[in-house]
Amino acid sequence: MNDRLLDFAIRYGFLILLAGMVVYFSLAAPGFFGPLSAAFVLQSVAITGILALGVTCTLVVGGFDLSIGAVATSALMLSAYSMVILEHPTLVAVLLCLAMGAFVGLVNGLLIVKFRVPDLLATLGMMFLLIGLQRIPTQGNSIATGMMLSDGRVAEGTFSAAFLWLGRHRFDLVIDRLLPMPVVIFVSIAVLVWLFLGFTRHGRLMYAIGSNARAAALVGTPVNRYKIAAYMISGVTASIGGILLAARLGRGDIASGNNLLLDSVAAALIGFAVLGAARPNAFGTAIGALFVGILLQGMTMMNAPYYTQDFVKGAVLVAALVFTFYLSSRRSGAGH
Amino acid sequence: MAGDALTITGLQKSFGRNHVLRGIDLGLAPGSVTVLMGANGAGKSTLVKVICGHHAADGGQMVLAGRPFAPEDAADAIARGVVTVHQSIDDGVIPDLDVANNLMLDRLVERGRGLFVRGRAMRAEAAKIAAAMGIEVNLRARVSDLSVADRQMIAIARAMARAPKVLILDEPTSSLSATEADRLFALIDRLRAQGVAILYISHRMSDIRRLADTIVVMRDGAVSGVFDTAPLDYEAAVTAMLGHRMTEVDVDVQHGAAPVLDLSGLRLHPEAAPIELQARDGEVVAIVGLLGSGKSRLAEILFGMARPAAGSMAIHGQAYAPRSVGDAVAKGVFMSPKDRGTNAVIPAFDIADNMTLPFLKGLSTGSFLNAGRQRAETRSMIDRLGIVCQSPHDGIGTLSGGNQQKVMIARWLLEPCRVLLLDEPFQGVDIGARRDIGRHIRATAPGRATLVFLAEIDEALEIADRIVVMSEGAVAGEHINRNIDLAALVADISGSAAASGTTDRPT
Repeated sequence: MNDRLLDFAIRYGFLILLAGMVVYFSLAAPGFFGPLSAAFVLQSVAITGILALGVTCTLVVGGFDLSIGAVATSALMLSAYSMVILEHPTLVAVLLCLAMGAFVGLVNGLLIVKFRVPDLLATLGMMFLLIGLQRIPTQGNSIATGMMLSDGRVAEGTFSAAFLWLGRHRFDLVIDRLLPMPVVIFVSIAVLVWLFLGFTRHGRLMYAIGSNARAAALVGTPVNRYKIAAYMISGVTASIGGILLAARLGRGDIASGNNLLLDSVAAALIGFAVLGAARPNAFGTAIGALFVGILLQGMTMMNAPYYTQDFVKGAVLVAALVFTFYLSSRRSGAGH
Repeated sequence: MAGDALTITGLQKSFGRNHVLRGIDLGLAPGSVTVLMGANGAGKSTLVKVICGHHAADGGQMVLAGRPFAPEDAADAIARGVVTVHQSIDDGVIPDLDVANNLMLDRLVERGRGLFVRGRAMRAEAAKIAAAMGIEVNLRARVSDLSVADRQMIAIARAMARAPKVLILDEPTSSLSATEADRLFALIDRLRAQGVAILYISHRMSDIRRLADTIVVMRDGAVSGVFDTAPLDYEAAVTAMLGHRMTEVDVDVQHGAAPVLDLSGLRLHPEAAPIELQARDGEVVAIVGLLGSGKSRLAEILFGMARPAAGSMAIHGQAYAPRSVGDAVAKGVFMSPKDRGTNAVIPAFDIADNMTLPFLKGLSTGSFLNAGRQRAETRSMIDRLGIVCQSPHDGIGTLSGGNQQKVMIARWLLEPCRVLLLDEPFQGVDIGARRDIGRHIRATAPGRATLVFLAEIDEALEIADRIVVMSEGAVAGEHINRNIDLAALVADISGSAAASGTTDRPT
């Protein structure tokens, strides 16, 4: 009986906690429960969630990608530079960013697989490199239409309407102009990653690599290729996050996106606890991102000061990790 | 035994219900080398760990130089003069420090040595130790830049700096070349002359011939033979180690049809003799040999994990030179590796995912896995091999060792292959599961060539049509498994034919 209770707690505890939280805020904070508030929560977690889904893929192969935040801000600056200063059309700017993300992922993967640099160190190095690199073309300035360039010219380009549409368009759902475009993209990517990791043979082999890379190699799996692919997926999703951030802000803001890395890593790690998976998974990551978003939204509506937010995120993360590792170790201990 | 440096009587050690040491009696005489032999799981490592203070004994006693010896921990054992150099040498040295620091490391730990390290004085003292040991390396060189042999020498020299009464060397030559090993032997000779009692653990017959004054053989947690009268009877020692009880399994020997796998002039190492070997359709060939005989290397070469030094391989007359494991699998060569825990099991997966892992491509539509077919294939294998489980979705970790191994073997029987390699398929498997696996492998043998790599003779007699013995990286003999001459088989395994010449170790 006790075992079954524990099993139930591990499996559904986090989802029950999420539901309980929604009920509590709905009762305690007027205006929390409703489509507008829900859209706001989703909007607030969409970009973090997209990055978190990418890092989930690297966690699946037993790696880690610390460079996602820097890739996202690089994509932000690159898209701004491409459109405002080089006056490229939308499509070119977007493709440039995606290619940049894929290339960074490829370099990360090669550093880890070919040069045997430990994943944390390789991606940490890449993070520093990108943070520095994205500031060089503009001498450390943010990019906006009409800015003065170093040669005295004025930047003539603008963010095109099509580009801004990516970040700002809202679809009609229940009420007019409710669902923001980034949320639609977040949900689409979540479904794609969920299908890819959970239901394709490539996803299954990636989990095998994360669990026992040597055994996976000894059945003929091209382990290195899958690892590189995971970092490339992570790079591309991070650049998508950066594009959406640029489209929402409408300028190449050098200071935005500071929290992206930690928030998205937290979402992916909280995801371990969802449904008692005890391993990285796309559904859990999306729920993890939502969990943090709902908690912060509810607290804001109950007038909790903004500076308590990081503390709350940290507390949720620690609780989720204890949940995952302590409870599931007890479960597997009981299983023998 | 009164003159022994260390006397062990009735030593026992259990882990849970698993009795690893069942009453060991052993005496180590000063100024002599006692070689300890035993197959994997015989209890050698546990015995060493009890002597060096890593585990406490459950029963029996040890007497060191006339006084009871029951070390509390490794440091206590060392302080009392029992020093161990473990198999992985890097436990014995600090790779990032230089030679002098390594040699003097234990002095750095002593209390009251002062805060600052005096480099010059330390190097002078280290130089004295190195000279006494006959080690010629630059004292300022970093240990990580030295060869394996030099590192080994330094680990031993460090141990000797404490003037121990008993020195334990756990498979010290396993990663040394022939010339490097010779330097180690010279050092051991020197220590023996100084009156140290040495316990030397090894499988390599050439080491044993070169060094042993006494051979003690362990099997299943007990001493199964002591050989101390010159000339030492090496064959009897190997027999005591492998212990071939007559098996109840009757093998209906097949000679096989057309040749499938053909190895010609294959050299595992540049200095090893070439291997000529054929394996035929429907035939099960056991490759037996002691640890270090080269059979693992041969398996790796066949499965595309390593390249041969020379020679060629062919399957059905076509040249076969796999570039990778994936390439080998694509060419119809499958291998179930040894040590399933590290090499085969995916702990996070259930039975179905573990079993079908190599053939996910065939079980998916587009890229999407067909869970139904995966389950059906797994079910049929569960029935055929008699895997005890609730359903194909049981976690692999919930199965017993024998059933896990059945899943690992079943993995490679899902699809037909041309050559099936099984490296130690009976490792950590109870006798029932072993029979099931053996029967199934023999029943499915037609249509492919099967090579089984084994250390135990019993297992080979149970499964093989033909037994090929490897020793020193080459084929030492071949026996058809019918009315087999066990004495000749054991002689091949212990390499006595090769040793009848003047040199103990081919250089």
